[in-house]
Parts: sequence; structure tokens; C-alpha cells
Amino acid sequence: MPVLHSAPRHAPHDGVRDTLSTALGTMLVAAKEEHGEIVLSVARDSLEDALRLLRDEHEYQQLMEIAGVDYPSRPERFEVVYMLLSLTKNHRIIVKTTASEATPVPTATRLWPVAGWLEREVFDMYGVVFAGNQDLRRILTDYGFEGHPFRKDFPLTGYQELRYSEEDKRVVYEPVKLAQDFRSFDFMSPWEGADYVLPGDEKVAPATPPVDEPTTTGKKGVSGAGEPTDSKAEEKASAAAPAKDSSVREKDAPDATDSSPPQDATKKGGEA
Amino acid sequence: MSMQLEKSPTTTGEVVDNYTINFGPQHPAAHGVLRMVLELDGEVIERVDPHVGLLHRGTEKLIEHKTYLQALPYFDRLDYCSPLCMEHSYVLAIEKMLNLEVPLRAQYLRVLFAELTRICNHMLNIGSHVMDVGAMTPNLWLFEIREDCLNFFERASGARMHSAWFRPGGVHQDVPLKLLADMSHWLDTRLPELFEDAMSLVVDNRIFKQRNVDIAVVSRDDAVRWGFSGPMIRAAGIPWDIRKSQPYDVYDRMDFEIPVGTNSDCYDRMMVRVEEVRQSAKIMKQCLAEIPEGPIASDDRKIVPPKRAEMKSSMESLIHHFKLYTEGFHVPAGEVYVATESPKGEFGVYLVSDGTNKPYRCKIRPTAFSHLQAMDFMCKGHMLPDATAILGAIDVVFGECDR
Repeated sequence: MPVLHSAPRHAPHDGVRDTLSTALGTMLVAAKEEHGEIVLSVARDSLEDALRLLRDEHEYQQLMEIAGVDYPSRPERFEVVYMLLSLTKNHRIIVKTTASEATPVPTATRLWPVAGWLEREVFDMYGVVFAGNQDLRRILTDYGFEGHPFRKDFPLTGYQELRYSEEDKRVVYEPVKLAQDFRSFDFMSPWEGADYVLPGDEKVAPATPPVDEPTTTGKKGVSGAGEPTDSKAEEKASAAAPAKDSSVREKDAPDATDSSPPQDATKKGGEA
Repeated sequence: MSMQLEKSPTTTGEVVDNYTINFGPQHPAAHGVLRMVLELDGEVIERVDPHVGLLHRGTEKLIEHKTYLQALPYFDRLDYCSPLCMEHSYVLAIEKMLNLEVPLRAQYLRVLFAELTRICNHMLNIGSHVMDVGAMTPNLWLFEIREDCLNFFERASGARMHSAWFRPGGVHQDVPLKLLADMSHWLDTRLPELFEDAMSLVVDNRIFKQRNVDIAVVSRDDAVRWGFSGPMIRAAGIPWDIRKSQPYDVYDRMDFEIPVGTNSDCYDRMMVRVEEVRQSAKIMKQCLAEIPEGPIASDDRKIVPPKRAEMKSSMESLIHHFKLYTEGFHVPAGEVYVATESPKGEFGVYLVSDGTNKPYRCKIRPTAFSHLQAMDFMCKGHMLPDATAILGAIDVVFGECDR
């Protein structure tokens, strides 16, 4: 596909992916080239060796960024993504590995001192532990903060809010109280793969699950039409219909539910 | 201010070796809300522990809950001193994923305004750096230029600072011809006059040099290892500028020089910025001379909304408009890392898309984060007042650092 966009144009990728894949050997899990980015997935245990190899032998001198990404459905839910830059080859690659809360990622601080804060941020936001980082404190969140706010299961509003209390003359922390629920509008086109029933559609949709062979009304035997049904319809639910006039009562008819006086009586009342 | 004195030196006559002081979070030289815990030996800094995050607003998390277009104004609020350069990385990241072609006029307009932003940013930084080390006047003079820049932004987008003017596919609105003419006039007359006047007070000033020369010298290797970028790495003598080496938009058509430092101290960092202002003005003049006529945004109606007038007569346009401002556009699944040369250094956006109308993850690579981390080793052995000079030369803005 020809490149139409005007995003930064670094040195071409020609053969870089294959060269690096061969160099990384067994440390490599997967390599792909997509949207003009080379992404190398590396086994977690050999991450430090892989990064050292890329830095020392393939001239990726600078570590620009470490990003965490959370995929809660995966067995190892976090991805730790390293952005490497080569100043001499004018080239960028992305190296990444996976982790869970329980599996520490080897630190990159022995290779690049800049990794210190970058790892602290990933730890703070996602709870990924970096083995060997000497100073793994929280960095962006508040003193005494609990939880890892960028995880997908952490609510956008958080759990704590703070305000200045005039009574206590200090800032107090309280559980979040929202005057209005957080509104998340869904504007996705329902005809482009929505996996839910639209409001109102549940009235149209059949209440019972569809059967393999639908019942048709074509034949008498199938639909139940015919003599037995007709005779059943002839039967009275009660012995007789309710009487309009209580004086003329059919035998066994139930009492009228309406207690209004008979029509004749109202006429007389009107004339008088 | 917390002084941890075990025993008061005045009462017992004992000498206290080290003590710790708090610098910030409310300090005029902290350029925002930075708290630094400084361990001092007398007046010499032994250790610096910067505490950042006091302005952390969770921008990246908020972006995950917004459509691609709704997330754009958050970028203005990162580095609020250079808002358009923040937007630049983001729109380029989206365009890279969509592989969307941007019309030439839009590319020129983006470069023009990115450079105006650079001038605007450097005015603030040079001014406040100079003020941090004791000079008041240049700051006031430079703010006059900054005010002109903000007026230009206002005339282009309607907003002085938070423009939200770069959009995926181009820019939001075309600029009036008079604005380009005024800009050209400003570049020829007011900018050089005001700027050179202010700089004549500073660059050879004895006090300014005493406060900055040979302060926080960083070797080339250290600059690379600590992830420096922008004026910080150029001051260390490494001619690295993303505009030149990895050109985006129409930077490859521009003729400009990359200033580099020789001594890698605070004075060099500041002088690199001074020269960058002149180079930015040069780029702007080229843009104004070469800018072609034409559309200012892509005509891909699945990404860029139609013109207002079109909507009045065309049902198709109305539908496009409605869908783009409710559902937004979908970006193909994948991941990109796009970094541009913001006035402060490499400003990157790592965008992960899952194919929907909202980013799955948007990691923002701030420039100040890496630079601030180096405060510890840059300050070591310097005097306490040097900390403000070093901090001023880093050019930190906490909207961007803390996100």
C-alpha cells in the first residue's frame, strides 16, 4: 500500500525486521510490520538481553518511552512496550513483552537510566512490577494512593475524591459521590456488529428461543384446526353471559359486576 | 518548608552536615507544581528527588473514553505553552493509522502554525529562564511577542491557547488572507526588532553568563542514555532534530539550520532556543511564500466532516456530519508510535486501536518527564540557586509532564 500520510518519515524498514529477527533468535516470540511500524515481541525473561543486543549491536541507542497496555481478557493481561530510537540509523522500532501482576519484568535501568521513571510510571498506572528497579515508588498518583488507575477495570471516576473541609481546616478524602452518573454514550452503528438488543427491539424479538422446525398453519393436524377445536370453542367458560337486567336472570348466570341501577330506573329518575 | 535539624547549630555549636529542604510545590521558579526534595550540604546540592504528578489529570484514561476527535482538545491542555505542537503528534498518529492523505495547503498551514507555536513557547521559556536567574525586563519584552503570537492563533482558530485547530485530515478552518499578510509583515518588522532587542540584554550579560555557563554540563553519552531530546540533546552537541531527520508534513521542503551547543551547559540550552526562534521565523517565511491554494482538509467524508454550506443542500453531507459528530470515525486496529519535534523535544503518541471509534490506549510521551528525571545528576554538586537555572533551561511544563 502506498504511503499517503505525512507522519514522520524515518529510514526505510527494508529488511530490518528479518535482520533483527535473526539476531534475536530464540528470544523473539513474534515480529510484525504493520502501519509502518516494526513491532518485535520478546520473551519476558530475555527482555534485558534483547534490549542490550539491540542497543549495543544494532545501534538503537535511545529508549524514548515505555508504555503499559492492559488487555484484561488475556492470561497475561499487561503489555509493556518499549520505543527504541536509533540516532545513527535514523530508525525506530517497538519492542514489547507481556506480564501479569504476579510476573515481574526485568528492569531496563541497567541499560538506560531513563528507564527508572518510565518503569515507575508503568508500575504506578498498571501494577506491573519491574525486577531490579531500585526505586519502584509511585510517581504520578497521590501520596498514599491505592490501586492502579489505568487498568481497564478501574473506573474513570476513581474511588476517592478530596475537598477542603472548613470544619477540619484541611483537605479531606471522601468516597466519590456523583451528582449524576457517568454517561457513556454509544454511537456505534447497530447494523455494524452491535452485540446487544437495541432498546425497544425486545418487544419485536420472540420471547421463546426459535425452534428448529417452525410450526406452520398449513395442515389441520399441525395447526390444531377442525372439529375438536371448534367444539371446544362452543363451550361456555361460564354457564351463561352476565345478565343486564337482574330481574331477568338466566339460570346459573353470575351476578352483574356493575352495580349501577337498571337503565329503566335512570330514565324514570331523569323525568322526575 | 521543612527543615530536619536534629539539633540547632546556634545553640550547641555543632555543625549540621546535611539537611533536606522542600522546593515547591508552590514556588515561582518551579514552573508549575513541581516539588523537589533537596538534600543539601550547606548550600551544595547532594541529592534531588523531584516529586511529579501533582497535576496528573489522567488524560490518557480520559482519552480512552472519548472518540478520536473528542480526544483532540486534551492535547492542547498538555503543554499549554505549545498547544498546536501537541496536537500535531496526535493527528499525525491517527493519519498514519488511517493512511490518510492531507492536502498540501493543510500541511503548509500546520508547519506554519507549529513554528509560530515554537516561537511562542520559546518566548515564554527564555523569558522565564532569564527571570529565574534575576532579570525582569527581557521577560516583559518577550511577552509582547508572545501576545502577538496568541493574537495570530486567535485569528486562525478563535482561541488564544487551546486552539484544537489541527484535525485528522487537515486543519479545521482556512485562514484569512489578511492573517497571512499580517504574519509576513510581523516576521519582517516586529519579531526581529523586539526579539533582538530583548536578546541584546541577555546573551552577553555578565550576570546571566555567571549564572548559566558551565552549569549542569551533560556529556553526549549521558544525553543519549537519559533519553534527552530537543534543545537538551542539541545543546550537548548532537545535531538531532526530528523535523530534519524524520520530516513530517512539509518540513522536507523547508530550508533551515539545526543549532547545536558546544559546551552542553544551561547557557547553550538557552542559546539553542534563541537560534531556533530565528530558524522558525525563517521556516515561517518560506511557508508564507510557498503556500499553495487548495483545500485545507482531506475530502474523505468518512473522516473529515463536510462544509456547513454543503450540509444545507446535500442529504449525504448531513448524514456524514451527523455520523462524524456522534459516532466518529473508526480507525483500523493496530498500533503506531509517532513522535514530532515539539519546542521542548520529542513529543510522542503511542496509539493502540482496536478498530472502534475510540482509542484503546493512547500513551503520551512527554518531553519533560525524561529531562526532569535527570535533575538529580545534573544538580549534584551545584549550588542551591543553580537548581532554578537548571530547571529553567530544561523547559518544563507540568501539564505535559504529569498529563
